[in-house]
Amino acid sequence: MPPTTQSFAAALVDALHDALSADRMVSLIGSHVLGLGPQRHLMDRIRSDFPDRIVDPPTAEAGIAAAGIGAAMAGAHPFVDLGTAAFSFLAWTQMVNEAAVAHYMTGGAVNVPVTFHMLHGVRGGGAAQHSHSPQAMLWNAPGLEIVLPSTPADAYGLTLSALASRNPTVLLTHAKLLGIEGPMPSERKAIPFGKADIKRQGRDVTIVATSLMVQYALAAAATLAGEGIEAEVVDPRTLVPLDEATILASVERTGRLVVVDECPLRCGIASEIAATVAERGFRFLRAPIQRVARADTPIAFAQAQEEFVTPDAGKIAAAVRRLFG
Amino acid sequence: MSHALPESLAWSLLETMLLMRRFEEAVVRLAQEGHFKGHYHLYIGEEATGAAAIATLGERDHLATTHRNHGHVIARGADPGRALAEILGRANGLLGGRGGTLHLSDPALGFLATSAIVGGCISLSVGGGYACKQRGDGSLTMALFGDGALEEGVAFEALNIAALWKLPVVFLCENNSVNAWGSAKGGFPTLNHAAKDLCSIPQSVGIPAVRVDGADAAAVHDAVSEAAARCRTGGGPGFVEAITERWPGSNPLWPDPVTGVTDLRMATTDMALPQEHHNWFRHHDPVLRLARLLAAGGKDSADRIHAIDAQQQRRMAKAIDFALAGAMPAAEAALDHVFA
Repeated sequence: MPPTTQSFAAALVDALHDALSADRMVSLIGSHVLGLGPQRHLMDRIRSDFPDRIVDPPTAEAGIAAAGIGAAMAGAHPFVDLGTAAFSFLAWTQMVNEAAVAHYMTGGAVNVPVTFHMLHGVRGGGAAQHSHSPQAMLWNAPGLEIVLPSTPADAYGLTLSALASRNPTVLLTHAKLLGIEGPMPSERKAIPFGKADIKRQGRDVTIVATSLMVQYALAAAATLAGEGIEAEVVDPRTLVPLDEATILASVERTGRLVVVDECPLRCGIASEIAATVAERGFRFLRAPIQRVARADTPIAFAQAQEEFVTPDAGKIAAAVRRLFG
Repeated sequence: MSHALPESLAWSLLETMLLMRRFEEAVVRLAQEGHFKGHYHLYIGEEATGAAAIATLGERDHLATTHRNHGHVIARGADPGRALAEILGRANGLLGGRGGTLHLSDPALGFLATSAIVGGCISLSVGGGYACKQRGDGSLTMALFGDGALEEGVAFEALNIAALWKLPVVFLCENNSVNAWGSAKGGFPTLNHAAKDLCSIPQSVGIPAVRVDGADAAAVHDAVSEAAARCRTGGGPGFVEAITERWPGSNPLWPDPVTGVTDLRMATTDMALPQEHHNWFRHHDPVLRLARLLAAGGKDSADRIHAIDAQQQRRMAKAIDFALAGAMPAAEAALDHVFA
């Protein structure tokens, strides 16, 4: 029997193992899927069970991304691990200008079923160059599916869908999520893309959040419940495709929206979701939409400065209170 | 040693290398005591390379370094108190606490911003060389990077551009993968090249390249001086590969001071070397190697070595006090310096 609770990292490894078992064309280019932290040993199981389908590449992000894309065009289904999300910038042209456009520019004749994985986010002490969340930038590259699991169960189900997808998919794991524990469903299966999950029900305000921000939103919601405010936490789980209907239906019920995002504010995920709701759900709103996002600055090494510009549960709760002030 | 360093230079390099070593012994202690967060990389084992190479530079020269930068910044003459304060994220640090260990740099001393993206410094150094050439004052830019940086595609582009435009850049590759553990043994990923001879990479675009023992200060100094002289007279870039043994303490994922606090009596007396890490103490530790050479001068030399060390230890004690007394930067100041 598989465990009923699991860490995010263990669930991700289970999904990779199951996908490798199910499809001999699945392989891993890059072996540090869990980073270099304490969970990395969970990958040993994949190394020992699939030694010929996992490689340790050189530090060559452009090269491995392109290798994964080319292999996908030629019928393989590679999972390319790019390490810390900032390193994906070295593979940007391959991701946004090769993988994302190939199906379109061949009139639908070529599929690119590659999965890119990276560890994103402000991780503590990562400073300016190791703290990025590039999902908003990627959202501006049509042709990529963007997946942001926030719990162990979602990590499992969404990873399976990524590896089964016919499209190029970017799977972003927040570095601070790897160690969290959570319940697993009794029946393990793929979670379809484009299906938001209501992580907590509430009548007073909708909080839309992704990745680690879901955990922070849930913490804020628990605090707010003590103050008589019931927040509904909606996790889109995938940005592409985006489940607009679930978000709009929640805002229709609550009349208030706070969007939380670890990307910088301008042109971020919060901005895009706020714009979508303003355009299509304006009549539901009883108060202005609030965005809680990272300040438009790089990340400083100094801890107090890192915390100052990064969303957390306290800032989310404060934004909600502004709507009831 | 290939041949002897001028005596005054040898003593001055020892002074620099001892400050680098005592500095990093302080860094690892402060890290283990929890004074700063995040990963960090130590330069222990490569002091002879950095000290000798940087000693060839003039005031107007530029430098570009990497995530493994502490030794370079100290060798260039940065204040150790302000450097340590930066690593602790303090307001009195070299960069006001913005950069930390990954981006440690002293721009006033000619450092470009320190990129902690592998291969980043190679490409930036080409820009540094471009500006030096434009100034036309005989200055150069030195890139200090590890063997892994040559795995990045941008390294090839940078080498090609530097060669094509005859830019005054000294590419100093600090190859510290000898006896590194690698991922398989639970350490960091390490050297992953199809080319067995890293010098063949710059040579393929016509850049003269030479390999030296990176723990041999004289050999490094000779090779870098020759490349630098060529740069300064319009002869274009040069490449030096310095081979260093991986310090046992930097093999695991987190630095671990397994060789303890450096005891210079291992160089100046007949004391028995510890069994554990015997090879390191006997053959590889570049500080002990240089100290042994100088100690061969007799008792006065040995006394002088200990006197220099005592002086550097006093300097570091003050630097630690300075860094720990530094205020944390104001949180709101995080919004400053996004633009000039």
